[in-house]
This record gives sequence, structure tokens and C-alpha cells, in this order.
Amino acid sequence: MAVQSLPTGPGAAAILAAGIGSLVLGLCAFAADAEPSVGHAFVFWVPTGALSGVTTTAIIAWLGSWLGLSRRWRARDVSLVRVNVAAFAMLLVALLLTFPPFMDLLQGR
Amino acid sequence: MEISFRDMITVLHGMGFGALFMLAFSGAIGVIYATAVAGPARPLSRLTTMMFRFYLISMATLAWLATLSGAYVIYPWYRAAAPAGTTDLSLYPRLLLLSSPLTAGWHDYGMEWKEHVAWLTPIAMTMVAYVFIKYGPQLALHRHMRNAVLGFTAVAFFATAVAGVFGAFLNKYAPVRGGHEYILFEDK
Repeated sequence: MAVQSLPTGPGAAAILAAGIGSLVLGLCAFAADAEPSVGHAFVFWVPTGALSGVTTTAIIAWLGSWLGLSRRWRARDVSLVRVNVAAFAMLLVALLLTFPPFMDLLQGR
Repeated sequence: MEISFRDMITVLHGMGFGALFMLAFSGAIGVIYATAVAGPARPLSRLTTMMFRFYLISMATLAWLATLSGAYVIYPWYRAAAPAGTTDLSLYPRLLLLSSPLTAGWHDYGMEWKEHVAWLTPIAMTMVAYVFIKYGPQLALHRHMRNAVLGFTAVAFFATAVAGVFGAFLNKYAPVRGGHEYILFEDK
């Protein structure tokens, strides 16, 4: 039975956006930790502190990039190898930037 | 036997949402693999497909519930500021941990890592659920997409494990307590 394959664009958009959201989370977490004024700016909701702004910004970046990429790649076939390399590279950087000893290392503490 | 309101919510966050999510991981790998192995030429039954979709959507939902309850309900209790002159820090877990060099690391490394890395999980699992629902058996045709889905699932497992392990230790050294006390039963 012949099966028509769906374009890879929508899946690639979701994968790359997850990488982008993760990277933004890591970058914001690091920035908030390294620079007190940035950390203060990320206090969107006082009881949760800077975590509220860090995570809200990451979620907006994730959903915004997903929406944008989905529109762009809706009916297209995209190179999944390149998307995967980019997404996993961003995920790896995010994992490192959320790891406190690595944050401290980058800040020379 | 009694339990405080905050204890109860903490248990719901850790055991109700977090642990249930961890338990579901091996099943998620199985669901994705089974669907990809079957492929579009041998479609799964409608009921099986619906159950698989429900399974992954439930996992993503649990991830969001665990993360949101942790960040917006429990974390404010954890990091609450004590009034000036407070000597008993048992209701202020962050301050209690930071009050001793022997426990400060649980906050500086444990909580600092946990509070951020945990957010990778709902992002990853939402993507996994979406891709699975969108492509289903066609994941067999897209090996790299399947690899990405499995890879993000594995990272979500790691992130949840970090959050869960440090959550357990943090609650051991500085439990989140307070609120209304509920008496479950009394010894006669």
C-alpha cells in the first residue's frame, strides 16, 4: 500500500523551536545569575523572583519561534539532519547553562 | 497522623505529578518505538493510536503540572523572606539551608539547577507529543525525526531525574512546611 509522506516541515519546526526555547531558557538563567540588574529585570512576579521572567521569556521564545517556523515550513520538506544538529546543540548549551558549576566557571567564580 | 497544607501540595507536586511522569517514561519510549516499527503500511488500530496519543498528551500535561506547581506554588514558599529577628527558620527553607555552610550547597547547586533544568521537560514533551500526533506511524519514514523525538525524550527524563532527586534531598534537609494542619487520623 503506497502511503503519501507528510512534509517534514511541521515536525522540523517543532523540533527546532524546542531547541530555541531551551537555549533561551539557558541564556536567560545564566544572564540572571551573572548580572544582578538582569536578574532584577526578570522579576515578573515577586514571589517566584527572577525564575518567573526567565521561564516566561523562554516560553514566549519557544512558542513564538514554533509559530514562525511552522508558518514558514508548513508545506515544505526540510533537512532534518541540519535541524537536529542545531536543536541538539542548543539543547546541550541549555543543559550546560542551567548547571550551576558551569555558570560559576563562566563567571570566573 | 497529620499533614500540613504545604506538605500535601509538595507531595502532590513530587509524587503525584513528578514521580508519575518518571514512571511513564519507559512507556513513552515503547509507544514511540512501537508506532515507528509498525510504520504507515501496517497501521495500528484506531483504539491503540488514540491510547498512544492520550499517553503522550498525559505525559506532557503531567510535566507542565509538575513544573508550574513547583515554580508558582511551592517555590514561593521555599524562598519566602523571614521577618527581621526570626531565629526559627524552619518555615523558610531557603534561608535555613543558607544558614549553614554544610547545607548551603543544597540551595546553591541543588535548587539553582533544579529550578531551571526542570523547564526543559515540558518544552521537550510538548514537542514530542505534537510530533507523535502529527506524524504517528510516519515516524518510521523519517528516521531523523524519530531520533530527535527519542533524544528529547531522553533529555526530558534526565532533567526530571535531576529535579526529582534534588527535590527529594531538599525536602529532606529543609522541608516546605506550614499552612493549615490536616489530621488524617489519631491513635486512640
